Parts: sequence; C-alpha cells; structure tokens
Amino acid sequence: MQPFTNITSHMIPIPYPNVDTDQIIPAVYLKVTGKDGLAEGLFFGWRYKADGTPDPEFPLNRPEFQDAQILLSGDNFGCGSSREHAPWALEGWGIRAVISTSFADIFHNNSLKNGLLPVLVPPDVHRDLLILTEDDPQSRVTIELEAQRLILPGGREVTFPIDAFNKYCMLSGTDALGYLLSHKNQIEAFETTHSKHENLL
Amino acid sequence: MTPGVANERSQTLFDKIWEQHLVVQEPDSPAVLFIDLHLLHEVTSPQAFAGLREKGLRVRRPGRTMATMDHSSPTKNLDFPVEDEQAHHQLRQLQINCMEFGIRLLDLHDPDRGIVHVVGPEMGLTQPGMTIVCGDSHTSTHGAFGALAFGIGTSEVEQVLATQCLLQTRPRTFRVVFEGHLPKGVTSKDMILALIAHIGTGGATGHVFEYAGSAVQALGMEARMTLCNMSIEAGARAGLIAPDVTTFEYLAGRPFAPQENAWDEALKEWQNLPSDEGAVYDRSLTLDVSNLDPMITYGTNPGMGIPINETVPDPALVQDAGHRDSLEKALKYMQIQPGRPLLDLPVNVIFIGSCTNSRISDLRQAAEVLRGRKVALGVKLLVVPGSEEVRRQAEAEGLHNVFIDAGGEWRYSGCSMCIAMNGDQLQPGELAISTSNRNFEGRQGPGGRTILASPLTAAASAINGRITDPRTMI
Repeated sequence: MQPFTNITSHMIPIPYPNVDTDQIIPAVYLKVTGKDGLAEGLFFGWRYKADGTPDPEFPLNRPEFQDAQILLSGDNFGCGSSREHAPWALEGWGIRAVISTSFADIFHNNSLKNGLLPVLVPPDVHRDLLILTEDDPQSRVTIELEAQRLILPGGREVTFPIDAFNKYCMLSGTDALGYLLSHKNQIEAFETTHSKHENLL
Repeated sequence: MTPGVANERSQTLFDKIWEQHLVVQEPDSPAVLFIDLHLLHEVTSPQAFAGLREKGLRVRRPGRTMATMDHSSPTKNLDFPVEDEQAHHQLRQLQINCMEFGIRLLDLHDPDRGIVHVVGPEMGLTQPGMTIVCGDSHTSTHGAFGALAFGIGTSEVEQVLATQCLLQTRPRTFRVVFEGHLPKGVTSKDMILALIAHIGTGGATGHVFEYAGSAVQALGMEARMTLCNMSIEAGARAGLIAPDVTTFEYLAGRPFAPQENAWDEALKEWQNLPSDEGAVYDRSLTLDVSNLDPMITYGTNPGMGIPINETVPDPALVQDAGHRDSLEKALKYMQIQPGRPLLDLPVNVIFIGSCTNSRISDLRQAAEVLRGRKVALGVKLLVVPGSEEVRRQAEAEGLHNVFIDAGGEWRYSGCSMCIAMNGDQLQPGELAISTSNRNFEGRQGPGGRTILASPLTAAASAINGRITDPRTMI
C-alpha cells in the first residue's frame, strides 16, 4: 500500500450524514475480481442523472474539485456493507483522506488497510471546514500524519486521533498481514493448547 | 460474590469469547484473535485469493473455511449458463480459488447451497462461543447462537485465509434488554427496526450488542437470527444472544454439530458462556415490546423507521440542520409526503427473502397471510428462499404453491433483490416492501425505492397492493 505522510489539498464537500457504501460504490460494480476501474462507479447514483448524463451540481463533476485529494463528509460516513470496494473506488478517483465527525467501523478498518486516511474532527471544526470550502472551494488544508495534525488556512492546527499500530502501517505503507504472519509460532501454539487443530469441515 | 453487584471477575458473553480467542495482545497493537469459522462468497473474496497468490501464501485452515455462491448467483434457470458475463466470471473465479486452495464450496448446484448466513447455521457450522467472520456485514446474524461474528473487508479476508487470525481492536459492549411479550402480528424484525429507529443508524458504532430479556428468550432461533442480522444497521459490528435450551435444541443433530460425547462436552462449555451476574456493559438500554406495533421504514437508512400506523416525520419540525437536510433528501428520493401516514400507500413490488427474513419460519408467516388470497393486480411478488434446504422444506409443506397460487414468483435461493446484483431488481421509481435489511438509495436497483418491513407486513401489503397493517389480516 502507498505510504501516507503529508498532503495539502482542497476538499470535496459531500457533507450528508450516513453516506452508505452503496452510495460510494453501487453493488453492480462489485462483480469485478480485481481492484481497478472502480472509480468509474464512485458515487454513481449521485454523479449521474436518471438519463445517464453527469449532474453538474454534484461536487465530483465540478471542475474546481477535479484534482482534490480530500473528501469532507458527514457523520457516520461509510455505513452499511463491508465492501472494501468503497475505499478502492475513492482511492481510484484520487482521494487520499476523508475528514468526518464519525466513521462506520468496517469502512474505517478497510480504509486504513488501503492507505486512505480517515481524519476524525470535532463537530465545530467540521462546520468551520464546510464554511471554508463553501466560501472558497480552493481553500486548502494540510494533513500531517506523523504529527496527527490538520492545518487550516491561516495556520489553525487541530489534532486528530489514530492508534499507534495503524499510524505506523500508514506512514510506512506496511501491510498488516506481515504482523500476523510474524506470529506464526504463537498461532500454532494457540491451536495446540486450545484444541483448535481439528477441522470443522 | 453478591448477585447483581459488579465483580471484577464477572464477564460478559462477549468478554468470555474474546478472551478464549486471544492469541497475542502486544502493547500499542490490536489483538490477534483466532477465528474458528471463516465463511466466503464470490463478491468479497477474489482479491483476497489474488493477494495470497502474489505473496505465495496458502490457506492456513481450509478445514475451518467454507464458501458459498449467493450474491451474484441467479435465482432462476440454474441449468443454463449464467447470463451475466461478469457474474459468470466471478462465480467461476470462486470455483477456481476453492479448488486451488482446497476449500469446500457450495456451488450453484450443491443441494446445501444458499445465502452464507442461512447455510452456516443450517448445517450446524455456527456454534456457541465461536468467532466467525465473513466478508459481509450481515455476519452479525450468527451472533444469535452466542458466537462473536462480524463482517470484515477483503484485506481482512486475506489475513484470515493466510493466518486463521484477525487483528482487532476490542469493541465496547452494549446490552439491549427487550422486556415483555410480543403482541400478535409483531415479530423480531419489528423489534430490531424499533431499536434502530430509537438509537439511529450509527447509534451503536464501536460497540457489540448483547440482546437479552424475556422477549429475546421467547424467540426461536430463526427470529433471533433476524434480530442479530440487523445489528450492523445500527452500526454495531456484532450482536450476541446468550445460548440456551432453544439454541441447543436447534443445533442438536445438525450435520456439523458435535455428536455423541463431543456434544456432551460442547454443551458443558456452551452452558458457561452466558454473561455472569453483575457483568458490566459500557452501555445499556431497556425496551418494552408489549405495546410494539409492526415497524416500517420511510426513508433511506434503516434508522428512518416508524410504527406502521404513525405519520412520517416532518423535516420542518427538525431542529438540527444536518438531520433536517438528510430527512428532506430522503423523503425527496422516496417521494413520500412528510406528516402523512404510510398506511394505504400503493406499492409495486413485494420482496420476501434475504439473510434477514428468508428462513422457513419467515416463509410460513408470509404463507399464513397469503393462503387462499391473491396478490393485488399489477403488484409483483417475489419469494426467494434463503437456501436450497429452505426451498425443499417449503415445497414439502406446499408453501411454494401458496405463493404461486397467490400470483407470486417462487425462486431458487440467493441474495436476489436485497442487493440486486443478479438481475432481480426494481425498475426506476418502483416502490417495494422488502423483508431485507437496507433501504439505501438504489439498493434494490437504480432509482428503486425500498420500505423495510416484516414478512407479515410484506405479505399483507401484497394482497392489498398498499401498505397494510398485517394485524388486520391474521
């Protein structure tokens, strides 16, 4: 996975609460066996009108947001299905971080395993960020993962939480599978002492 | 120890399962948890197998792994090649992966095939005290047996395939006590919809539910599965119910349940699983179901639900701007008027199925309402059993004829119109009453509108062609 250090970017506002993974990537795009090309389906139902033409009002279709790397979302972002296709689609589109007041658990886990940083901010900061981007869509913020710091235009700094393990994996681009594999002996010992050697099937 | 007083050795059901599966817990790292049973399906596994191949890894415990075909699988014409080329390729890929890595696969023609969360319990693979994962958020269903079961992403599927372990941060616990007796015509689907409406669709994020109380104890296993199934719709990754006599009776004699001496030993362990007296939870909530009405959703997430005879909330009366906007957006999508009742609203499609409500008891309930009656003119009824075993049982009881005689369609098992990946889907603008679990925009097909309800409410509404209180028909 791609390491995450610092990014500076303007933000794409999709501030509704409870944006579910069916909106992020509809199920019809889940029939793939790889991870590529999913950006095509990102927010498909909101990006396109019923007649198939792009909705010019939707942020992903607006020219000023084409190169943005940060999504500014609402409460409980990524709720619903466990599809990892959601972070794959966001990353495929070029999103590197999502800022919100809360994230659904599975989406949060899936994002961290793909170098997509969930940035948790308090409601007042979230509101200020929304005002900023409404006022000037080019308003840029900086996310510094090492310092766990979000820097707003004008220099205001806000810290955000991330656990030490995921921070290490994100900064170094490490796949957590390596950590599990390094415990092979303990797993073997556990299977022996807990009678888990037998098969169920 | 004094009953009812917190004791540091008092443990919840969750605590016990967690500790029994803890392989390693290093400081500043997530726990390494051993996984007893790993279930797979065609949609969230191919990239995980590709990862194994890239890294030259094998599946550590094929004997604790099982795969089924459910999400993109067709529910009719099973003897013909799968029409959808992409779905065909994905199903074939699962076949190749299972062959190469030595995993038992319930393929399209396997008599045991079905929705992953229906077949696991049915085969007796799902057992109390287990840790169970699957690349599917409704894995919470298996919690009905007192197993810690939750949905995972594809990277985690790869991790479990390679190591039979998962990295997890310990969640908090949330005890929900349902007291009282469920009135006639009200089901566990209504209980869970009421809970989600009460705490909101993100109300239990970071938590694992434990459902308890007299109303939960009174439920059969299939109704308990319905309850646990939708835990994720309140944001909880898992929902557990303490195993009891009902659980043991369901399991006894199932093909993969322990037999003879092993059964006696297992039973002893299972009986120790229920939470200890005085065990402490991070959060608790008590709901009385004695006056519960059938529940129904009006919006675009499962938390937007009301009792069937109430009126739809009015955004104008909502204080918080964010919630007001989201309610307005939902009602606009649903083309539903605020401040008005949902009863008698005309519907186009009735879907009875999904891992929430496709088991034999669900079909019996629907058939009880539909027997000797006809679906309203112009209304489409689709009944999709949760597994081939459920299908055979329903056919043995003649339930399929009840559905067909009423004017409905009777299909082979699968996820079908719950996720609309296999061609079973709503047309744009159509309004469905669905016994499934998600009413998200476009969930049952682009532009489709979904109202979630119990099989009783769905069946009653099919007959009238309008949203109907099932208590008027039973």
